[in-house]
Amino acid sequence: MTEKEKELLLLLEREGRITEEKLSKMLDISVETVKAMIESFEKKKIILGYSAIVDWSKANTTETVTAMIDVKVTPKRGVGFDEVAERIYRFKEVKALYLMSGTYDLSVVIEGKTMSEIARFVSEKLSTLDSVLSTTTHFQLKKYKHDGVIFEDEDEDHRIVVSP
Amino acid sequence: MTDSKSQITAKLSDAVQRIKPSGIRRFFDLASTMENVISLGVGEPDFTTPWSVREASIASLERGITSYTANAGLLELRTAISDYLINEFQVKYSPEDEIVVTVGASEGIDLALRATVNPGDEILIVEPSFVSYAPLVSLLGGIPVSVPTSIENEFKVSSEDILAKITSKTVGILLSFPSNPTGATMGKEDLEEIAKVICEYDLLIYSDEIYAELTYDNKHTSIPSLEGLWERTILISGFSKSFAMTGWRLGYVCAPEPYAKAMLKIHQYAMMCAATMAQYAAIEALKDGKEEMKEMVVSYRQRRNYFVKSLNEIGLQCHLPGGAFYAFPSITSTGLSSEEFAEKLLIEEKVAVVPGTVFGAGGEGHIRCSYATSMTQLEEAIKRMERFISKNKH
Repeated sequence: MTEKEKELLLLLEREGRITEEKLSKMLDISVETVKAMIESFEKKKIILGYSAIVDWSKANTTETVTAMIDVKVTPKRGVGFDEVAERIYRFKEVKALYLMSGTYDLSVVIEGKTMSEIARFVSEKLSTLDSVLSTTTHFQLKKYKHDGVIFEDEDEDHRIVVSP
Repeated sequence: MTDSKSQITAKLSDAVQRIKPSGIRRFFDLASTMENVISLGVGEPDFTTPWSVREASIASLERGITSYTANAGLLELRTAISDYLINEFQVKYSPEDEIVVTVGASEGIDLALRATVNPGDEILIVEPSFVSYAPLVSLLGGIPVSVPTSIENEFKVSSEDILAKITSKTVGILLSFPSNPTGATMGKEDLEEIAKVICEYDLLIYSDEIYAELTYDNKHTSIPSLEGLWERTILISGFSKSFAMTGWRLGYVCAPEPYAKAMLKIHQYAMMCAATMAQYAAIEALKDGKEEMKEMVVSYRQRRNYFVKSLNEIGLQCHLPGGAFYAFPSITSTGLSSEEFAEKLLIEEKVAVVPGTVFGAGGEGHIRCSYATSMTQLEEAIKRMERFISKNKH
């Protein structure tokens, strides 16, 4: 991957809505090249989608509950953790899933409308899976920073307006 | 009975009466009274100092390290500066007796001049330049001699430019590349070209390299790294621009021992030492701040590319500045002078820029725009400037 390609990805990761014209100017490459690069990233599934970072606590709507669940599982011969991982990530409630090193194996991020909804998911769907040995559920209380974005209102520009 | 203002003024030293307040001041006063101003007039990074650096300073306070340091600065910091200069720019200064930590590069410039200028000495100043050089020379009774550069040579200085200004009284030359306000850089060949004249006339070089880290096309060449120039150079730099640490006021001067000793003597009487907590921050910046600095450089480059292209598109001819974070477009297509352009743009469209004339000879016909501000602000500024230019077509 070239430096420009990496720069392009970083810019898009920070701001998915940035225009191709702007990218072209910032990276000093033609709009056509930008388009071709993005297309190729999408084709290769390097870019999988574009989303907004939403602070739902400020949106005037029913809040959702997010939990992070540590799951211990027994891996299976031949497929390791992948099979059980797939069984878990196919549930639409599962927002993210990671294989971890350390005291547990899978980290599952679940979103639901209420705590009891999540509790039900864990007891009925997750714990009942054959390979799952144990689960520990942690509920998120407040989001301070997500995907590199700080959720508190950031400081304003403190600089004096004109300086040498 | 109290003295009237003029009676008090008469008591001021001749030297201080000789110098004028910076022309930037007027624009600052004007812009400060207005709301919704987009400021491209700021001469400092828009980043906050990296957290690890701020945290190191806080930790030093928590440990109660609040006393003076050695006059020349903490040896640990001088050693870190020395290592950094060797690794990054291949210039070697001994931490023990060739480096002095100063209160910003500004103090460094003052020290360098105070240690070497006698009344009547002529100091060449490559202009347009940072606003403090000429007044500081004047304060010492020295004579600042402007060496103008222009857009035709992309604001680089040539040996002919220098030769034209050398007299029997010339003792030194003040160079600052990458340049505030033009963004011009001087590559190795450019420097070698002027080095011959400088050596032939045995000039001392004051090299302000505060923007050394902020170059976007080629790596910076430090003047003392050139054959035969180390012995005749006082290198001035600091942490303000590279590590986004302007408010910490931390810089350094490096020079052969006799110069360094002389500067240390002044620093010791006038300043004692740079702020201790800032020195601890600087140690951390050199240890762990480089990754973040590199990210800042990438971001400045992207904004430079965007902004300079956009300026050219809206009809303000602008060379591609190789360093610092300023664009220095020509505004002659509007038929306005730099001052008129800057003032009208501020009043009509609320965009603050600095007229090129503030920076000395060669600045007329240009404005300085700092692109160290968010992309959103830059886009809005371009929109407003485009509207302004179409209204003020010559």
